[in-house]
Amino acid sequence: MKKILLVAIALFLGASTNAQDKYFTKNGTIIFDATTSTSPEKVAAVNKSVTCVLDGKTGNVQFSVLMKGFEFEQALMREHFHENYLETEKFPRSLFKGQIINSSQINYSKNGNYDVTVKGQLTMHGLTKDVETNGKVSVNDGKISIAAKFSVLLNDYGIEVPRLVSDKVAKSAGIKVDCSLQALGK
Amino acid sequence: MKRIGNKLKVLILFLLVWSKVSAQEEDLLKLVAEDKPKKEIVKNAFKATRVINSQSMEFLSPGTMDFIILHRFGQISEGMSNFFGLDQASMRMALDFGLRDNLMVGIGRSTYKKELDGFIKYAPVRQSTGTNGFPVTIAISGGTTLNTLPWSDPARQNYFTSRMAYYTQLIIGRKFNDKFSLQISPTMVHQNLVASSSMPNDVFAAGIGGRFKVSKRIALTADYSYLLYGVDMNLYNNPLSIGVDIETGGHVFQLHFSNSTGMNERAFLTETTGSWDKTEIRFGFNLSRMFQIKKIKETPKE
Repeated sequence: MKKILLVAIALFLGASTNAQDKYFTKNGTIIFDATTSTSPEKVAAVNKSVTCVLDGKTGNVQFSVLMKGFEFEQALMREHFHENYLETEKFPRSLFKGQIINSSQINYSKNGNYDVTVKGQLTMHGLTKDVETNGKVSVNDGKISIAAKFSVLLNDYGIEVPRLVSDKVAKSAGIKVDCSLQALGK
Repeated sequence: MKRIGNKLKVLILFLLVWSKVSAQEEDLLKLVAEDKPKKEIVKNAFKATRVINSQSMEFLSPGTMDFIILHRFGQISEGMSNFFGLDQASMRMALDFGLRDNLMVGIGRSTYKKELDGFIKYAPVRQSTGTNGFPVTIAISGGTTLNTLPWSDPARQNYFTSRMAYYTQLIIGRKFNDKFSLQISPTMVHQNLVASSSMPNDVFAAGIGGRFKVSKRIALTADYSYLLYGVDMNLYNNPLSIGVDIETGGHVFQLHFSNSTGMNERAFLTETTGSWDKTEIRFGFNLSRMFQIKKIKETPKE
């Protein structure tokens, strides 16, 4: 009986959350660009306060993006982004929940660079769609850098581009992710 | 008893382990403490910085220049001979500048009385949600108008200051929800020179303006001022304007019907001769085009 108890306790402790395996940041960077070739102005913005959490053990990775954090060069573009396109009062955050497919190949305790594939679901403007992209994970002295580039079809997320501005705002937006994570200490 | 007790223990521990393992797949984001809801300024109560004639509770973003052309045509009641008023037009051109999120200035010139005008608008308090939120925006606006017509009687002792009038106004407004905003604006106009000695130099009015958003880019607006004192109501009327705002790319079109011709505070508050009852109303529009003259690269703080 004692043996069973000990084994059970060992299993319990072994399976409990090992905080050292989790990495996070609250200052990740995401850039979106939806400029057409005929547009006189850049339709793009950068968000430098993206929250990202990565579980080294399972490869689970999650992003939370506060839409109000996007910085624009033009005030009016920012107003329209919030009021008309993304309706950020209704949908203040965008989320990505996914997995690094080949996470088991990554050694998070040793410096190295890895090409990865990330698969997951992106929720934006109230709609959720599957996203799959290639990316890079770099381990450098305990800091994990993740970078990825992919594009989304605005229509997929119910983001309407009126015909009047279709020569400026593209049908798809390029998303660039660049986050530097550190260990979630507890 | 012992056996059952131990089996139970194992079962409990097994369940605990199981729940831990499955919990790890769940919300990782919950592990990272979310910041408390910050204070957020409520924006876009109105699509433009003017309801139709009156100043609205909205401001231009810093570094923005707004080029506005305002037109008021003739009275519709004049019928076909005057093409329902379209043959006759009064115009104001203006440039507004956004200095801070809560501070803006503007200059303009009207063809009516060839009047130059300038104003400054400042909001010490703005409507906000979140921690330490506030239910309304409180703004104050003040301006000057300068009549540049030649003197009607050059032989008389004319003073330059006689050309000038001033107005000051308090604007209290609230964006109730995404669709509906309302503001009130008690206003005072002081004219240095008035037509007769029996007329007071000061005019007091209470303005009320509202907008109802019908779709993402279209809204209905109404702008009414109730003249409390200082204007002879036998000769003049309370200015009332009703219109539609249409927003496209970088422009805002405001199309409306109004009984006033004047496009600055002195003119539309003290000299509105038209009457809605007699359909002495006129079609008009405000066309606003925004330019970003100083690029911003900042996160909307607050």
